[in-house]
Amino acid sequence: MTAIRFRSRFHSVALSAFVTAAVAASITGCQTQAGPPGDSPNTANTTNTIGTNPDAQTPSADGATIFAAASLSKVFPLIESNVNYSFDGSSGLVDQLAGGAPADVFASADKANMDKAVAAGVIEGDPVMFATNHLVLVTPADNPAYITGFDSSLDGTRLVTCAPDVPCGAATARISESTGLTLAPVSQESSVTDVLGKVTSGEADAGIVYATDASGAGKKVLTFEIPGATDDPNTYWIAQVKDAPHPEAGAAFIAAITGPGSAQLQQFGFGPAK
Amino acid sequence: MNQFPRWAWVPFWLGIAFLAIPLAAMFVRVPWSALPELLASDRAQDALRLSLLTCLMTTAIVLLLGVPLALVLARSRRPWVRALRTLVTVPMVLPPVVAGLALLTAFGRRGLIGAHLSAWGIDIGFTTIAVVIAQTFVALPYLVIALEGALRSAGSRYERVAANLGASPSRVFWRVTVPIAAPAIASGTALAFARALGEFGATLTFAGSLQGTTRTLPLEIYLLRESDSDLALALSVVLIAVAVVIVAISTKLSSGTGERVVAHG
Repeated sequence: MTAIRFRSRFHSVALSAFVTAAVAASITGCQTQAGPPGDSPNTANTTNTIGTNPDAQTPSADGATIFAAASLSKVFPLIESNVNYSFDGSSGLVDQLAGGAPADVFASADKANMDKAVAAGVIEGDPVMFATNHLVLVTPADNPAYITGFDSSLDGTRLVTCAPDVPCGAATARISESTGLTLAPVSQESSVTDVLGKVTSGEADAGIVYATDASGAGKKVLTFEIPGATDDPNTYWIAQVKDAPHPEAGAAFIAAITGPGSAQLQQFGFGPAK
Repeated sequence: MNQFPRWAWVPFWLGIAFLAIPLAAMFVRVPWSALPELLASDRAQDALRLSLLTCLMTTAIVLLLGVPLALVLARSRRPWVRALRTLVTVPMVLPPVVAGLALLTAFGRRGLIGAHLSAWGIDIGFTTIAVVIAQTFVALPYLVIALEGALRSAGSRYERVAANLGASPSRVFWRVTVPIAAPAIASGTALAFARALGEFGATLTFAGSLQGTTRTLPLEIYLLRESDSDLALALSVVLIAVAVVIVAISTKLSSGTGERVVAHG
């Protein structure tokens, strides 16, 4: 009988464990994990013509640790490959820096998170704007709802936007207000990647994303410019981290991004800094 | 007299501390005084209502499908039925986002089945139905596995006796199998409900996120981290409280029913 008693006891313990796991999974389930510093995904196949340019490279950026917004993960390694990248959501990176994570440079995908980093006392000197990004309207390549642009053709279609809680959604709300076009999205996603995913999978008729996302999706989407969107762009900021382990390499990295790197940034759909 | 070596207390307390400290840390951070006001907000109310509604629907479907499914898995000797048992466990080990992608390729507007439904004017995506489908997909295996194991270890002696005494298979099912399996059904249902309540990735990928329609508690918590971390913490506490209540109820139910069966036996 001992075996049976054991089993029933095990059963109730396993039950509590499962429930706790299920609830925990709901809370932590889908957060983006930052790779460890040095775990750069793109170190192998990138050219380094600009990084080795003697003008941009005295002293060199080699060995610097860069905390950068996830939307920069494709273009940054093309500009400078001999550094350690950690790509994540900007707000997550600020939390990591405030928690004492060792980094030389922080590149934020919006002003609010750079301001948060400055307020947290982890930034050395003044942040510099190095790129902009504006909202565009995208539809699946075959445009199933016959959308003609950011206008009344969106009425009654399955439009997906970002939620107002996240920066891309706040920008969408501002555009809606300034153009006077009321939007009735069927879903307000927590990240712009989720919006793009709903459009490329054909689940949504249209979505509002950043120009860089549309550029990255290539031929899978049709892109329509939104009137006035470039007047109120999202701004990208870069700054040195306080008490950085490699301050000179960090400064060299910032010089590479704000100088010769701007050409690469524009190829990926980013606008020039203002 | 202890039936285990004394050193087991060391990993015991380490394990307990490891599990308890994160929960305790969260409880310390929760703005308790503002809790009623936070939970009375529209967003919190909508998320709570939607989560409870969808989880109850999911649990009903899980019971309707899961109990007979577990019974056939446990009792049938056909080889292909045994092969299907592996299939049933797959959603348990799938990363939630993968489950969402799988549902999208099946029921999405351009999916295997969804494309035909769409031609009939039925679109599942971005509706509350999609939330229930996502929750059922991930929760059903929990009931089936729990119940199937219990039925298997209980054996089919009583069912055979009842059948020999002339009871029809359906009558045996309702009067013998279900009462014997009641504790396992109760705990399996609780597991399924809790899994549905915590469902996040598949819903986000498959159903979308709109307040009052598809944005369940976990999705609202995930979004609120960005803008209102106090409310995110408050809702997390509610989620944990509901889960604890469910576990307590099901533990009580399963032990209670178990004793009754023993007493009758």
